[in-house]
Amino acid sequence: MGVRVAGGQGFYGDTPRAVTGLVDEGIDYLCLEALAELTLAILQKDRQKDEARGYTRDLPAYLQAALPAVAAGRTKVITNAGGINPAAATRAAVETVRGMGLSGITVATVLGDDLTGRLDELAGQTALGNLESGAPFSAFTPPVLFASAYLGARPIVDALTAGADVVITGRVADAALFLAPLVYEHRWAWDDWDRLAAGTLVGHLLECSGQSAGGNLSVDWASVPRPWDLPYPIAEVEGDGAALITKPASSGGRVTFDTVRHQLLYEVHDPAAYLSPDVVADFTSPRFIDEGSDRVHVSGVKGRAATPTYKALLCHHAGWSGEARVAFSWPDAAEKALATAAIFEKRVQAAGLSVDEWRFERFGVDALGGPTVPPTDAEPPEVLLRAAWRCADARTAALVGRELVPLTLSGPAAGMTGVGRGGGGPSELLGLWPTLVEKTLVDPSVSIAVEKVQ
Amino acid sequence: MKRRLWDLGCGYRAGDKGDIANVAVFAPDEAIYTLIRSEVTAERVKTHFGSMVRGPVERYEAPNVLALNFVLHEALGGGGPASLRADNLGKTLGGALVRLEIDVSDELGDRRAARPDVAWAGDILDAPR
Repeated sequence: MGVRVAGGQGFYGDTPRAVTGLVDEGIDYLCLEALAELTLAILQKDRQKDEARGYTRDLPAYLQAALPAVAAGRTKVITNAGGINPAAATRAAVETVRGMGLSGITVATVLGDDLTGRLDELAGQTALGNLESGAPFSAFTPPVLFASAYLGARPIVDALTAGADVVITGRVADAALFLAPLVYEHRWAWDDWDRLAAGTLVGHLLECSGQSAGGNLSVDWASVPRPWDLPYPIAEVEGDGAALITKPASSGGRVTFDTVRHQLLYEVHDPAAYLSPDVVADFTSPRFIDEGSDRVHVSGVKGRAATPTYKALLCHHAGWSGEARVAFSWPDAAEKALATAAIFEKRVQAAGLSVDEWRFERFGVDALGGPTVPPTDAEPPEVLLRAAWRCADARTAALVGRELVPLTLSGPAAGMTGVGRGGGGPSELLGLWPTLVEKTLVDPSVSIAVEKVQ
Repeated sequence: MKRRLWDLGCGYRAGDKGDIANVAVFAPDEAIYTLIRSEVTAERVKTHFGSMVRGPVERYEAPNVLALNFVLHEALGGGGPASLRADNLGKTLGGALVRLEIDVSDELGDRRAARPDVAWAGDILDAPR
């Protein structure tokens, strides 16, 4: 019998509206993937303001859509909404259960991914070098704002074994949220590499909500049915790891070989060696068969032994940024934008303000495409100039922005306008430091807490 | 003669990890896949992106889905939360890649990407409110 898992969230800020369609369709597990790298940085800022935060605060909205099915015993929920404060997320979940007048629901919390308080100890036992730049840990700029290991599916399976209806984790590998219920239901062994790879592939295909169901498409994007009612995807996974990727029939969207292959390589480096905590999956091995009617069958996934390390992500302060946008009309819009950028930079210098990095982008010229935009003689009808800058402190970043304002009357040429109302103040920049930590240094600290809500 | 990958029917998806972006390019059929596999090298892509990509470019193949996957190092201005770029996650790099032109045979020379039909969007926006 196939296990039906669904991806009900692709990021913090996604909509829970499509969750109702999934639950009505009949799913065994609703997996909510709330954490991008950027999200942890956002949650870190949130927790700096209030120690009781640090989880994705749209969790109650998702639970409200799912809990009736959970209470009826039809569906279980697994989410990494815990962010950098899973215990706080669980408190919010328990309040949501009680607020809906429900009881008898068991909520489990996975703890132990947070390495923030252990970094000094870990640094004595492992290298913690930067995976991308190769820099040694001695080059890391303290203080560490968060440090999270990407745990695998095991603690989630432990939580399900302990009777959990709702499992809340912090940082776990995205696909592990989906692999865990498959391991639990099909009783896959932890060294059954091909099946663990199949479950990881399913998780990867489902973790970005609408992206495998016709969202963010390239070729033929405009013909996707009812794109305002884009569904989230469902996988029906057999005991041998073969899976059918589909969507709720009543929704819009599209599931085809093309929509699925778009998601297959999303945020992947070497597709023959997709590194996850539980397995190294070969995404070049599966066969995809488009059965029509929004059904894509995937089988034959190969895997090999997992590595002895977890990926971990460390975060440090990286200065303060400010930004401003002004638009220019024809004639000479592109040249006016260029001149205004130069004048702005000179005025900031004259004001004695120290800027560590400048970025000027001209929308309508090459803001997004940069050097890939072919040269043209055609004059753009209008251009938007975006200026961004990085300073050592927030006050300087704010003062820099004020040097653009006088150009309203004292700019170089007519036809410059502000864009929209208001504008944000300085924003803190955060640097990411991806690294590896031996599993043997992390696993002893991983635990689950189980609570039955009465 | 030269044609853009987009005009040859190639799809794309871009994603980010730290300061690394990846762009997958999907061929519409085996013949185009064979062609782009020989033409669209890591070096070509590195040159195409110029100053946008400061680090090396790696290329991987996924023949089961007729795709090439390009990994662009130091491509996001320091990575999402540290970057000053408007597109700090590299969401638009896919379109930038399929703008790349390659040499094609005469029979592929008249290939053009179809313009999208968004009449449905006009209908929605023009409806009485």
